[in-house]
Amino acid sequence: MPLDNGSASEQAILLVPGLKCAACMTRVEAALNGVQGVISARANLTAHTARVAFDPDVTGAEDLVTALGREGFDARPMDSVHLGVAASDRVDRDLLLRLGVAGFAAMNVMLLSVSVWSGAEASTRDLLHWVSGLIALPTVAYSGQPFFKSAFAALSVRCVNMDVPISLAVILASANSVLETARSAEHAYFDAAVMLIFFLLIGRYLEHRTRAGARSAAVELMSMTGRTAMRVTPDGTKSVIAVGDLERGMIIEITPGERIPADGLISHGRTELDRALITGESLPEPAAPGDAVHAGMLKLTGLIHAEISATGDGTLLAEIARLVDAAERGKGRLDRLADKVARIYVPIVHALAAIASIGWFLANGDALAALQIAVAVLIVTCPCALALAVPTVHTVATARLFSQGIFLKDGVDLERLAEIDTVAFDKTGTLTGPEPELIAAPASNDPAWGVAAALASASRHPLSRAVAREAGLRGLVPSALNGVTEHAGSGVEGNLNGCRVRLGRPGWAGPAARDGMEVILSQPSGTSSFKFAEEVRTGAVETSAALSARGLDLAILSGDGQAAVTQVAAATGIGNASSQMHPGDKLAWLQARRDAGRKVLMVGDGLNDGPALAAAHCSMSPASASDVAKTAAGLVFTADNLGAVAEAHRIACTARRRIFQSFGIAAVYNAIAIPLAMAGQVTPLIAALAMSASSILVVLNALRLRGNR
Amino acid sequence: MTILAVLIPVSLCLGGIGLAAFVWSLRTHQYEDLEGDQYRTLFRDEPDA
Repeated sequence: MPLDNGSASEQAILLVPGLKCAACMTRVEAALNGVQGVISARANLTAHTARVAFDPDVTGAEDLVTALGREGFDARPMDSVHLGVAASDRVDRDLLLRLGVAGFAAMNVMLLSVSVWSGAEASTRDLLHWVSGLIALPTVAYSGQPFFKSAFAALSVRCVNMDVPISLAVILASANSVLETARSAEHAYFDAAVMLIFFLLIGRYLEHRTRAGARSAAVELMSMTGRTAMRVTPDGTKSVIAVGDLERGMIIEITPGERIPADGLISHGRTELDRALITGESLPEPAAPGDAVHAGMLKLTGLIHAEISATGDGTLLAEIARLVDAAERGKGRLDRLADKVARIYVPIVHALAAIASIGWFLANGDALAALQIAVAVLIVTCPCALALAVPTVHTVATARLFSQGIFLKDGVDLERLAEIDTVAFDKTGTLTGPEPELIAAPASNDPAWGVAAALASASRHPLSRAVAREAGLRGLVPSALNGVTEHAGSGVEGNLNGCRVRLGRPGWAGPAARDGMEVILSQPSGTSSFKFAEEVRTGAVETSAALSARGLDLAILSGDGQAAVTQVAAATGIGNASSQMHPGDKLAWLQARRDAGRKVLMVGDGLNDGPALAAAHCSMSPASASDVAKTAAGLVFTADNLGAVAEAHRIACTARRRIFQSFGIAAVYNAIAIPLAMAGQVTPLIAALAMSASSILVVLNALRLRGNR
Repeated sequence: MTILAVLIPVSLCLGGIGLAAFVWSLRTHQYEDLEGDQYRTLFRDEPDA
């Protein structure tokens, strides 16, 4: 298993999004092991990666990717974007090791403490204390480091977080216990110090796992889109080139169904462009040589060549990405719930410890006893339950969201989602499905259907696809045609028994346009009409009803024309609908709401929603969304059903309730424990029991979230 | 109470062995792919990766 075989080997980690089953694992490993020069390969099903050790003189990462490609797996070497994941893996291992050491120490020190509590006396007790100390002090020094570092970082910028009282309690308890043991006193708090660290590390580890899991999900979503383009050199040869290597003036070939990788001008060929990502307009528009194309647009028909005019940072896509970035920064850092609580909790606890200690000193002039009291107060108030409350609830809530196909990027988004009072939806791709729905067509026994199905299946235009799909659903057999050709921007033409048949836009295939979306089939025997409406996404109606029932304001923000927006607004029952909004307009709408103190959940998928998603209090986007939207959104859902939005909101609200309940448990515990500690009644036994009891209660409370519906 | 002089080192040793085993399992990446490992036990010809 050791992968480092001396200097001749190099390691690579490949991201393999398709690695999803046990059989894939063997296939990936076999494919990689088959490459000459590979020393060892191991697939990781959890992270969807493969770790390969290879001889750099014989092979390279490119060969590995090619080998996987032959087996049908898309793979990419982990690049700088993903290095964060590798770093987070290291933190994971580091935390787990500290947790293991703390667990070992806690068990052993507890065993020794039980002997002390059961009545060990004099030199025996001292011996047990010393042995405890020998275990506890190195453990505190090693396992406590994450807390000390975080506390130090907070103090050096003059603020407090939960780690300040934790560090103070652990350090004071250890120091005081050494002192007490040295003078053979009765009480030492080594057990409390170690247990505290153990419990708190569990919380810290869970928090890290939640965040790392969410981040790897995000990385995976991002990797779904291709990042290569087909370059055509002046002599006509074609080669695959990475998008990052594209330069101004290069000619690239773009095939149907592909996203345009850079801004440019069409130099050859006609096409229809789906500009939804940029403009929000749902129907494709024709484009001809000389027209501009922008990165991110989806090309639907025909084959075009385009001359690149701007790449990377210069594209409209990058422009919008910058707008997103600015909106993200403008939002500022919102406080985490736990930090807000810490800011109130820490000063109170420290003041109480100081008061108790001064009081005892004034009462009997014994400085050592006064210190002992301060330590006791700090130990019992050490926010074990508080520090566990948020991570445990977040872990359970994230797992529940995940099981519903909802990825959460950070626990903060869960807290924000529970606070929203307004939900703003984008229309195209969010409230409506990606494809239009057929609302009026000839009867199934009409021979027109067979001809229409045959023509429609030759095109990737959304309306054609809808016709072809409907024909399939009705079980109709396409007629035999020959000479089928597609006319970009118009429709499809073919030859039926020597007669010309056309399926296409009104005006080309038949009589000129009337209202709405329509496709005409013209044959020698006459014309038939297929009418379409935008299909409202499954669950959209129920979701808007459920969200309004919870007292949330709903709104539609769309870049589309007014007629289409009104239609969807009526279908979903959302009254407040705005149309023809540019990305900047959506952003302004959200900023106006924010200035009015509203907290908006933005649900959108398009590139044009990116800035709005970043600026909103919380945001969600479907997995079918553009990269920019997925990056900007706090939550991403994979289901087709819009019900995921209502479900996520419900889980977030329940999670928030559980967190507050756990804070309540912690408050009750403190209300009992602090007076006892101030009165000098807290022995190490009581401290250990109280701490464990409150921590376990909080964890159990979080676990309740798993089952309840 | 001399028994303590024997039992305490013994218990610490046992705990220490457990800790060492944990550290070993962590060092050899055994917690990195819990999902994949549950299937690996089912494969007969597991390559010695």
